[in-house]
Amino acid sequence: MLDLIWLIPALPLAGFILILLFGRLLGEPKSGILAALMVAGSFAVTVGVFFELLSKTTEERHHVLKAFSWVPIGSLHVDLAFLADPLSITMALFVTGIGSLIHLYAIGYMHGDPKFSKFFLYLNLFVFSMLMLVMGENLLVTFLGWEGVGTCSYFLISFWHTRESAATAGKKAFVTNRVGDWGVMMAMFLAFGATGTLSYAGINHAAESGALSAVTATGIAMMLFIGACGKSAQLPLYIWLPDAMEGPTPVSALIHAATMVTAGVFLMTRISPVLSIAYSWAPTIIAVVGVATALFAATIAVAQTDIKKVLAYSTVSQLGFMFLAIGSGAYVAAIFHMVTHAFFKALLFLGSGSVIHGMHHEQDMRKMGALRILMPITAITFIVGWLAIAGVPPFAGFWSKDEILLFAFAKSPILYVVGMITALLTAYYMTRQVIMVFFGEARWKDQSEEHGAHGDFKPHESPKVMLAPLVVLAGLSIVGGALQLPFNHNTKFLEKWLAPVTEFGEKNISGTWADNNKYILLAVAVVVALTGIAVSYLVYSKKKFAAIEPNVMAQGWFYDKSISNFMGGPGRKAFDGITWADRTIVDGAVNGVGKLVQGAGGFLRKGQTGAVRSYAAAVGLGVVALLVWFFVRGVVL
Amino acid sequence: MSLLASEMHGSLPFPILTALILIPAAGSILTLISSNRRPEITKLIALLTSVFTGALGLWMLASFKTGEAGYQFTSQHQWISSWHIGWHVGVDGISLFLVVLTGILFPLVIVGCDPHHDEKRYLAWILLLEAGVMGSFLSLDLFLFFLFFEIVLVPMYFLIGGWGYDQRIYAATKFFLYTMVGSAFMLVGIVTTALLAKKDLGHVSFDLVEIAEGANFAASTGRWLFFAFAIAFAVKVPLFPLHTWLPDAHTQAPTGGSVILAGVLLKLGTYGLLRFGVYLFPEAALWSRQIFLTLAVIGIIWGAVAATMQKDLKRLVAYSSVAHLGFIVLGTFAFTAEAMGGGVMQMINHGVSTGALFLLVGMIYERRHTRLISELKGLQKVAPIFAAAFMVVMLSSIGVPGLNGFVGEFLVLIGSFATARWWVVVAATGVILAALYLLWAYQRVFHGEPDEANSTFRELRLREGLVLLPFIGLIIFCGVYPKPMLDRIEPSVKAILVRVEEKTGYVAPEPVVLTTEGEEG
Repeated sequence: MLDLIWLIPALPLAGFILILLFGRLLGEPKSGILAALMVAGSFAVTVGVFFELLSKTTEERHHVLKAFSWVPIGSLHVDLAFLADPLSITMALFVTGIGSLIHLYAIGYMHGDPKFSKFFLYLNLFVFSMLMLVMGENLLVTFLGWEGVGTCSYFLISFWHTRESAATAGKKAFVTNRVGDWGVMMAMFLAFGATGTLSYAGINHAAESGALSAVTATGIAMMLFIGACGKSAQLPLYIWLPDAMEGPTPVSALIHAATMVTAGVFLMTRISPVLSIAYSWAPTIIAVVGVATALFAATIAVAQTDIKKVLAYSTVSQLGFMFLAIGSGAYVAAIFHMVTHAFFKALLFLGSGSVIHGMHHEQDMRKMGALRILMPITAITFIVGWLAIAGVPPFAGFWSKDEILLFAFAKSPILYVVGMITALLTAYYMTRQVIMVFFGEARWKDQSEEHGAHGDFKPHESPKVMLAPLVVLAGLSIVGGALQLPFNHNTKFLEKWLAPVTEFGEKNISGTWADNNKYILLAVAVVVALTGIAVSYLVYSKKKFAAIEPNVMAQGWFYDKSISNFMGGPGRKAFDGITWADRTIVDGAVNGVGKLVQGAGGFLRKGQTGAVRSYAAAVGLGVVALLVWFFVRGVVL
Repeated sequence: MSLLASEMHGSLPFPILTALILIPAAGSILTLISSNRRPEITKLIALLTSVFTGALGLWMLASFKTGEAGYQFTSQHQWISSWHIGWHVGVDGISLFLVVLTGILFPLVIVGCDPHHDEKRYLAWILLLEAGVMGSFLSLDLFLFFLFFEIVLVPMYFLIGGWGYDQRIYAATKFFLYTMVGSAFMLVGIVTTALLAKKDLGHVSFDLVEIAEGANFAASTGRWLFFAFAIAFAVKVPLFPLHTWLPDAHTQAPTGGSVILAGVLLKLGTYGLLRFGVYLFPEAALWSRQIFLTLAVIGIIWGAVAATMQKDLKRLVAYSSVAHLGFIVLGTFAFTAEAMGGGVMQMINHGVSTGALFLLVGMIYERRHTRLISELKGLQKVAPIFAAAFMVVMLSSIGVPGLNGFVGEFLVLIGSFATARWWVVVAATGVILAALYLLWAYQRVFHGEPDEANSTFRELRLREGLVLLPFIGLIIFCGVYPKPMLDRIEPSVKAILVRVEEKTGYVAPEPVVLTTEGEEG
């Protein structure tokens, strides 16, 4: 089974190629079904690999499969090789698992779209790239996937490319990510320079054995973190993710919530031994950036009116939690939260997609309300997702977020407090969303004139093919916490499973105040979550207090706008300046010399034709004549 | 005097390299004397000649011995024996793929680009150009190289001037004069080198191999000579700040001319820097490396920034060439096997992807009679296959892994990092800019709702698709499996490095070996 791991990425690739060749022939819904089957097949293989790894001892859970030698030159030898270990298989499991659910959902959601086949073409290519990313044996294969998912993300964000905003959002995502990719490349150069290899085994071993110096380790880790900030939408590079909501909702669920955006967290976990031997300020920076992003995005989410924008900022915020975990040395918690977040955020996005679908492409929450009656299954599953993200026990999000905050407390109580404030805000804005969409009065009734074209406007529940994935994800969001329960060693399945990867870097917090009093912290977390929900209920349902939604928060603290203004203003001027200099100074000098020579030559000009054409012809003839002469000489002599 | 001749064709029964030069030359003459009344026969002659040349190139590739650093399939005949000028041709890992690319590119240009008028003369010039390019890449004699290097100018001048766009005369003149000035330096350099070689060799010699093996130049002399060569090549590359002829030449040249110019002509510069600069004058090249590294990196950024602001699609691609060629020069002067090999690979990659970009821009011009980005809009909606082809080529140019453009750029950067760290830090930002200027252009041209003028944009035709297919095939193949290429390039690159080490005492960075308990599977 382990030698079949190449099938995991190969199946979606095959789906991509088949749809590329026969997509038009297959049409709707066959190409969608084909794509979904490919990802499901790859999920089946992953499950098989998972159980085989599980049956081995901890030390043996590491299998490398080399496909071929990819870039061999000089002392650089990079193989196109796959790595099956607990981390890559965990990632592959939820990428393919959630991926197949979202493929299934998309068959319903994309119904009637003229580019139905193309959508699944891109989606399969994305899953392939994502699997290359997580299963790469070395940094370069991961980078192949890394750029691949970025490219697919670009395709899919600008899927409805005739819309200017979608096209711009796609471009913005790609270019912003490239800024991060610069960091990843630098990390690769540093790692190769210091260890002579790009393979994770080699680099991590160098870190663990002490062969890698702290300064280089810091360089590698920080450069990868720049890349992670791009891909996982952290400050200061998060700006592309909210805009990425221009893409179809299944894309938002799959790429911009569950899988691709977690790649940065994955990468930091992958090289956790390097990070753990870096200077101590390196993880601190990661933790601070993470928690700052978490809080920053949560304050913005509070004032959004677009159903998907709330979820987008919430994703940025939750990713911030994961980086808080990384920075606190809680790699298991980071992966744990990544998995539970994938469950409930995919659920929430798909739920919002179901709402948008049912509301005939309306995304403004101010025009929704009371949808629980007309869309009962969507409402119930969405509520499950809400409870999970809000941190209400026993839903999945509670356990994973709590684990992160526990480690954060051990690192610094300040990180913990900021994290708790964010958790409070999370509960608050998610409750706000649930109330605005599913409860209260039906505000869409006065919108019916706008939708006159549809005849009588009435939101409707989505088809079964869309609801089934919601139900499955809701189930996972309820029980997902069981992966890692904090009670004792035996309830921590994920920790034991991931041990070969995370052991070296994982911070030991046993004996700290936080660990000794973890039940107090649990209780605090519950109180905070319920407080957030209660306040939101009073504000938005009971209308006891006025909602605080200042424009500055709705506009994301004008951060994005400032960057756009800078790029469009001074940035553009600088570019224009260089272009002007190229034309006027560099080329001007050339033409100036030309004119000078022309002037000086004016004196000699009389006997000349002045036409370069004839000079060129003369040179050509001369050259030919010389050649002929040489040949003749060569033969005669 | 006796006829000094040697033929080392390897497994092949005839001098294949001489054939690679003479067949297109003969084809050029044949097209010229063919009947005016039967244009289809003229075209057929040109096509067959170029296809035959291309096939010969592939045959040579198949017979090329992997793992050997030296010249293969050499032919050597003395012409002017008193000066040791000879017909000396050979191919090694550095020129191999340039020759093959030349062979592939020309038939595609002949099929894919329509000159619209005076087809006969156009084809004759194209074939003469092919002969010149082949000769330049294959010559192992300084004088012979110079001859071919200059021959190349003539057809290119007439192609731009005769079949170009509205400002063609200005562009052609600029191209011609600029390159000629550079060549003048090289001619002086060549003659001086040949004369000075007498001291060590006992006779004047223009033979590259003989000079490289036997002659020793004093450091200061070597530097003067190196710069004489380097100026000519720097203009040809073009290296910042000598690049401004390129946007004009590219923009005004007919599509076929642009494809050839970007595909192989510019590589005469980078190839020359490697073969006649670094190889012949290692001490001088090493001594001046910081100048070249700096100019290369400025070129990468400058070209990319200028490309971003261009209004003309063809000018944009031309400036992107300035940036891409900067990577090759960076790799050449980093003096590591990875970077130098990456540079050689990047020569091919740039030829393929930028050649294809010019073809695509040419197709847009054929349909819309404009190259202005602002005149184009929403083409993806009306011509999705065309847009997809453009997208693949563009992603290759951006350097997305899995496509060819990435491999070369990545090798240049990772290889240069050991010896030119801070240059690499800056150069790598060029990768961000590449995404910016190409995606922005793509958005303006292909995205959005097509307006009236663009709503009738014709989808990719079968012939056009067939011309693009080899490009796209190479883009994917070289990105996924570059090993066959790297295996053939590596020995020759290493030989140059060994020579640099022997001549200068320079030590290329040693590979780091950390014990990893065989964990790399």
